[in-house]
Amino acid sequence: MSDFHGIIKALVACDTTRVTGLVNVAIADGIAAGDILNNGLIAGMDIVGEKMESGEMFIPEVLMAARIMGQCATILQPFLGEQGSTPGVGVIIGTVKGDLHDIGKNLVAMMMESAGIEVYDLGVDIAPENFIACIKEKNARIVCLSALLTTTMPMMKQTVDAIVESGLRDRVKLLVGGAPVTRAFAEEIGADGFAADAGAATRLVKLLANSPEQTDHLELETQCLR
Amino acid sequence: MFKVIGERINTSRKLVQAAVAERDADYIVADVKKQQEAGADYIDVNAGARIGHETDDMKWLLDIIQPIVNLPLSLDSPDPAVLEMAFKRVEKPPMINSISLEKERFDAMMPFLEGKNCKVIALCMDDAGIPDCPEDIQDRAKNLVEELNKIGIPTNCIYVDPLIQPISTDSNKGIMVLSAVRSIKAEFPGVHILGGLSNISYGLPERKIINQTFVAMMMGAGMDSAIIDPLDQKLMATIRTADMLLSHDNFCVNYLRGVRSGAIKS
Repeated sequence: MSDFHGIIKALVACDTTRVTGLVNVAIADGIAAGDILNNGLIAGMDIVGEKMESGEMFIPEVLMAARIMGQCATILQPFLGEQGSTPGVGVIIGTVKGDLHDIGKNLVAMMMESAGIEVYDLGVDIAPENFIACIKEKNARIVCLSALLTTTMPMMKQTVDAIVESGLRDRVKLLVGGAPVTRAFAEEIGADGFAADAGAATRLVKLLANSPEQTDHLELETQCLR
Repeated sequence: MFKVIGERINTSRKLVQAAVAERDADYIVADVKKQQEAGADYIDVNAGARIGHETDDMKWLLDIIQPIVNLPLSLDSPDPAVLEMAFKRVEKPPMINSISLEKERFDAMMPFLEGKNCKVIALCMDDAGIPDCPEDIQDRAKNLVEELNKIGIPTNCIYVDPLIQPISTDSNKGIMVLSAVRSIKAEFPGVHILGGLSNISYGLPERKIINQTFVAMMMGAGMDSAIIDPLDQKLMATIRTADMLLSHDNFCVNYLRGVRSGAIKS
């Protein structure tokens, strides 16, 4: 008998001992590791993300939940075999050139990883050409740009423009975020979406990943920029 | 005495941006007067948010603010051309906000600062990013003080910003910056320490109680100025009280004046 509900509840409560205990019991009961990961841990992190968005949970709790999630992933690793959990969507993330702030960007990357998304974190101070090189190399479909400073926000536009010029614009969805970034700014510079926090960013990426590729662009963008 | 740099005239704040865009001088005048009455020592002026309009917006703001305050201003821009223009327009020696060790910024700011009569905020930031241990912060502070001394800016005109970081992302961020401040003050007793105080509480609820508690701790370690909202009464009251407790208020004159005016309440 699997206890996904118990795992989810304990993860949201950040109860390390209980989560790892329940994961071990589930393994012993012969539950598939992939199911434990997807239906227990990732489902739990989804709720953590929602609670972060709604202001019921705060950054330290999200970090704690992510650490528990990481510990459990290590426990599950030997049982996962080749099946993996990545739903095949790569996300490139980085702080734009001239900006060295990484706290928010790291939080977003961590939340996405906890949601089972493959994240290529380029780091800080990333020039447009480096984003472009990575899009080509990783064949990623989603690119997230971060900036904390009003003085580096123009670099977000330059990065978007460079991606347009490179001819790769139609291959990727561009999302922007960071303290001074607003939905209006995202629209103004021609990005596809904006998220106010790590929970929202993860939800947005999942939404983009799950919607069939060639659906109505505008429809999806309206939804994202909702 | 603790120096309060009033942060409100910043075009990244919605209402200020709207006032600047509409050239609504009354709004700016009223806001600056409130900050002055609340006990600000400097009025920070940042016109950077409307991209492409910084020079004009800064000029307009200074022309309005200059005649109505008897306080010095803090000129807040990364652009030496904007600062040069602004410097010529102010009467009292201003605070320059700011220089850092990021190469591009450092190289641009040094020639501007050379020979100027001003205070300067020195951010402990370099091209390696945000510091992540007290020694990192201290090294950068030392580097900045020595470089600024070389171009004729005395240590007591330098306001080192050790970069207060959110406690929500790492429980050690509080003691990290406290310990750095103590070391910097031990090495350069004459230097001032300034902080962007509210960063400490980012990502947590009930931020004001965190800011109030931390300002008192930082003042105990040696911080003697901050960029804050002077209209935050409880924070101002905490600062005035801590100043008294650190023997910067002979016969508790300022504290008692604050109590009588209603500005300081338990």
